[in-house]
Amino acid sequence: MSVEFLYPEFEVIRNDNRCIACRVCERQCANVVHSYDSDNGIMLSDETKCVNCQRCVSLCPTRALKIVKSDCTLRENANWKDATIKEIYKQANSGGVLLSSMGNPNPLPVYWDKILINASQVTNPPIDPLREPMETKVFLGKKPEMISRDENGKIKCDISPQLELSMPIMFSAMSYGSISYNAHESLARAATELGILYNTGEGGLHEDFYCYGENTIVQVASGRFGVYKDYLEAGAAVEIKMGQGAKPGIGGHLPGTKIVGDVSRTRMIPEGSDAISPAPHHDIYSIEDLRQLVLSLKEATEYKKPVIVKVAAVHNIAAIASGIARSGADIIAIDGFRGGTGAAPTRIRDNVGIPIELALASVDQRLRDEGIRNNVSLVVGGSIRSASDVVKAIALGADACYVATAAVLALGCHLCRTCQSGKCNWGIATQRPELVKRLNPDIGSKRLVNLMTAWRHEIKELMGGMGINSIESLRGNRLMLRGIGLNEKELQILGISHAGE
Amino acid sequence: MKRVYANEKWCLGCRLCEYNCAFANSGEVNMVKALKGKPIFPRIHVDGDESINFAVSCRHCKDPLCVKSCISGALSIKDGVICIDHNKCVGCLTCILVCPYGAVSEGKNGVVQKCELCLENSCGEPACVKGCPNNAIVYEER
Repeated sequence: MSVEFLYPEFEVIRNDNRCIACRVCERQCANVVHSYDSDNGIMLSDETKCVNCQRCVSLCPTRALKIVKSDCTLRENANWKDATIKEIYKQANSGGVLLSSMGNPNPLPVYWDKILINASQVTNPPIDPLREPMETKVFLGKKPEMISRDENGKIKCDISPQLELSMPIMFSAMSYGSISYNAHESLARAATELGILYNTGEGGLHEDFYCYGENTIVQVASGRFGVYKDYLEAGAAVEIKMGQGAKPGIGGHLPGTKIVGDVSRTRMIPEGSDAISPAPHHDIYSIEDLRQLVLSLKEATEYKKPVIVKVAAVHNIAAIASGIARSGADIIAIDGFRGGTGAAPTRIRDNVGIPIELALASVDQRLRDEGIRNNVSLVVGGSIRSASDVVKAIALGADACYVATAAVLALGCHLCRTCQSGKCNWGIATQRPELVKRLNPDIGSKRLVNLMTAWRHEIKELMGGMGINSIESLRGNRLMLRGIGLNEKELQILGISHAGE
Repeated sequence: MKRVYANEKWCLGCRLCEYNCAFANSGEVNMVKALKGKPIFPRIHVDGDESINFAVSCRHCKDPLCVKSCISGALSIKDGVICIDHNKCVGCLTCILVCPYGAVSEGKNGVVQKCELCLENSCGEPACVKGCPNNAIVYEER
């Protein structure tokens, strides 16, 4: 191709007065942006390769570097925006499907930001979480409809298997293969220390991590990678992945270049072969089929472990959830359209699925209306960004939240959204050994524990303000929420009043 | 006694430790002023290849060959730390020859320099450890 239509997206700005030519930037950039000109003793940069992951910026000892968005301007207009034009150039160049990583970046409504939380004043007292006990513990699983007693009048305690979480948050599924060994170890160790769970994703469980089994959710996806008896028995729960928020309706494709060594062994597929997860489970074409798989997995684990069914939030989500609640599953996990991914076709990521806030509200309402809400616990994910998002999700009806993007951010991710390249400079979404070792799990797990500890404090503060001392009392308590700038239909779906009402 | 230990498993070979060391021992308060456009004389060196890296600095041996071999009495042991008196060093470089770790090097003005655990400069704790982005160098009792 003789003419390059695309001007680089970012500019590498180096303050030459500060640069000491230590070459740390050069050694740390897997994209080979930086180089050293030994004739003149200065650093050079090739911004065409820069993905703005900020690794060089973070490690530069004299803060001589910054990356800025290029202001080189195409003649865009309201219809033909810069990104749209560039996508056309890319496809005209490659002839391929556009790929992207992480969640939907488009300016579609974020309902969390249009929901406000209540606080107690005068007539009901707020609670100070530093002085009073606050309960953030939750149990996930099917709950009994009523108390039943045996012939001696003792309460029967043989309820369905439950997951106990110290706070209503879990790390959502990210497979070993899409993320590195050290990233998985960080998540596993943090989940264990926090008393919560992390999720293997669909890539199997590395043999070194079976010891964290009590805090692990093992996933069974359409590719069935790494699934066998010991795997199912290793986890605290089994999750059937039907869909993913970032790419509802399509499967996965981990390129052969990432199927190396332990990844190949863990997934139980040959080295260098592409790991392709089909779009459907080839044995599931109805709720009855799903029920069969749920029951098969329960049979395989002797009915000791709850089964989670994870689906993407799509148009008919309330009816789908109603079906799942009748399938024998213990927990439904719903993933909204802002959920992250290691790679998805751009058009799908940006245009398919619905916001998790609306999906959650409609599912919770539907299950209540049908009297089957206690059949299942609801877990929601798809860009839960903060403790306030968690509190709003619980008040809308969720039992717990799945977080992944926030977790990888804690590990160092800078959302450069090029996971698909396999050259993650932060050692997260890569299998290259020299990059993987950049993430020391001692540091990674500590940062995850810090993040979740901070969120737990904030959740307690928000609950205290509302005069609520147990997260169980907040669940589905939509009176604690008010909408701001939402229309009647949105308020109706969310089941909340407008601010001021 | 607390010593500086390298953990090659986590060393990225970024060489930040070398620059932090040179800066800490420069006596300057600004890294740019201390290091820009000058040859640097770090007391820690990253060694290795594409597959493995590690940072080497003085081991502060219990029975140090360098101290034994010093002809001018410039090297001595103070509370377990092997120190150098730059005023006494005559630059014979025998210590460099005998150190089995290659941890002693020639500094500015032809005299020898070595890691003194940042106890002699304003850093207060080893600058290499403080600045390591991946806990690949630690300062601990073993």
